[in-house]
Amino acid sequence: MTAKLSNAQIAWRAAQDIHDGAYVNLGIGFPEMVARFQPEGRQAIFHTENGILGFGEAPAPGAEDWDLINAGKKAVTIKPGTAFFHHADSFAMVRGGHLDVAILGAYQVAQNGDLANWSTGPKGVPAVGGAMDLVHGAKRVAVITDHVTKDGKPKLVEACTLPLTGVACVTRVYTSLAVVDIVDGRFVLREKLPALSLDELQSVTGAPLHLDGDLADLTCPEV
Amino acid sequence: MDKRIASLANAVADIPDGATVMIGGFGGSGAPIELIHALIDRFLATGSPARLTVINNNAGNGHVGIAAMIEQGMVAKMVCSFPRSADPRVFTEKYLAGEIELELVPQGTLAERIRAGGAGIPAFYTPTGFGTDLAKGKPVAEFDGRSYVQERWLKADYALIKAEVGDHLGNLTYRMAARNFAPIMATAAARTVAQVSQVVEPGGIDPEAVVTPGIFVDAIVTVPDPAQEEDLNRANAYYPEVTA
Repeated sequence: MTAKLSNAQIAWRAAQDIHDGAYVNLGIGFPEMVARFQPEGRQAIFHTENGILGFGEAPAPGAEDWDLINAGKKAVTIKPGTAFFHHADSFAMVRGGHLDVAILGAYQVAQNGDLANWSTGPKGVPAVGGAMDLVHGAKRVAVITDHVTKDGKPKLVEACTLPLTGVACVTRVYTSLAVVDIVDGRFVLREKLPALSLDELQSVTGAPLHLDGDLADLTCPEV
Repeated sequence: MDKRIASLANAVADIPDGATVMIGGFGGSGAPIELIHALIDRFLATGSPARLTVINNNAGNGHVGIAAMIEQGMVAKMVCSFPRSADPRVFTEKYLAGEIELELVPQGTLAERIRAGGAGIPAFYTPTGFGTDLAKGKPVAEFDGRSYVQERWLKADYALIKAEVGDHLGNLTYRMAARNFAPIMATAAARTVAQVSQVVEPGGIDPEAVVTPGIFVDAIVTVPDPAQEEDLNRANAYYPEVTA
């Protein structure tokens, strides 16, 4: 395998699909990077599970207020239009279909949209947080991920082997090699890196990639 | 009516062994550190309350607050969604040694179970967790073509919460995202104790600004300059303090 997108480029690509005024929840860690790449002229409103809508960027070191944190327990800021609310209201926003998009990481995504992203098995201390809630309710549930695991195994699979976060919930996957939609229980390839052949991409994907209409080049700026 | 209590010690004096206690906070924000530490003081002095079930989003961080309760051996069971933190060693070691029980609940389900407990709704259906390990053994049903899991209400004997301003009648406001679980926990406990940074006379809070109406609050105790768990952890604090 040759070139692939960096994490920042994957986040950049995902950000291009967030429309102006969208209500967005970004999962803890890598997905938070999507906020950095909002296209010019568009403003998304970010939701964090612990009870803030429309929060701003991280404060300068030393200026943190620990009553003002995001779901990842990192300090954030308020800005004009910020709202606070309690946890049951926060998850009403999540489950009640009020978020336009949730962007999460993944260990595995199956061709029917099943997602595994919370547990790698029975060892250690299990922890789930809001992942299982987020995958049900947002109008679009997107995943950003490397196309393969660190040891080269496909993360897009026929059926998840790791514990599920949700059943048939993911609608689009942005990977380091491609953009793939999930439609009627199949992976539908929308974009791929131009240098990559279909056969090469299929060889690192654990389930058949289908074509439906135009296949576009996946191109991202250096970010 | 006056719900003020003079001291932290008095505010937690009647919590018995084996009680179920909801504790507000998401990570450090909203954690009622002084109430928790008063409870630890009582346990260290009297051996009680022991064998507590604690309901919180997390399972403590570092060696203060809930982590210190666990470290001192007061907690038999945690009900939480995310028992990990920057320094989760106290819970992790007890859990892996089989010394503490864990009921893992998806975060939104945890919130809604508490809300339901406070609202007199014994069970409800949620899409969250359907088809996952966390729904095993729970009834499922289909509504309008989608599958849902039945979850039960969650109630407690006590809720310990942190608020910003309280009046003598127990009406409360909160500070930013420190609110998190406190308003719903206040509704779901038989007795709710709030520590507040400032106490005012009735009328001192604009009725439009009340977040938790006083009917849900049984006692308030003033802690004028409350500690932040995050600050304590950045200073490597222990409770009780460790002397070299």
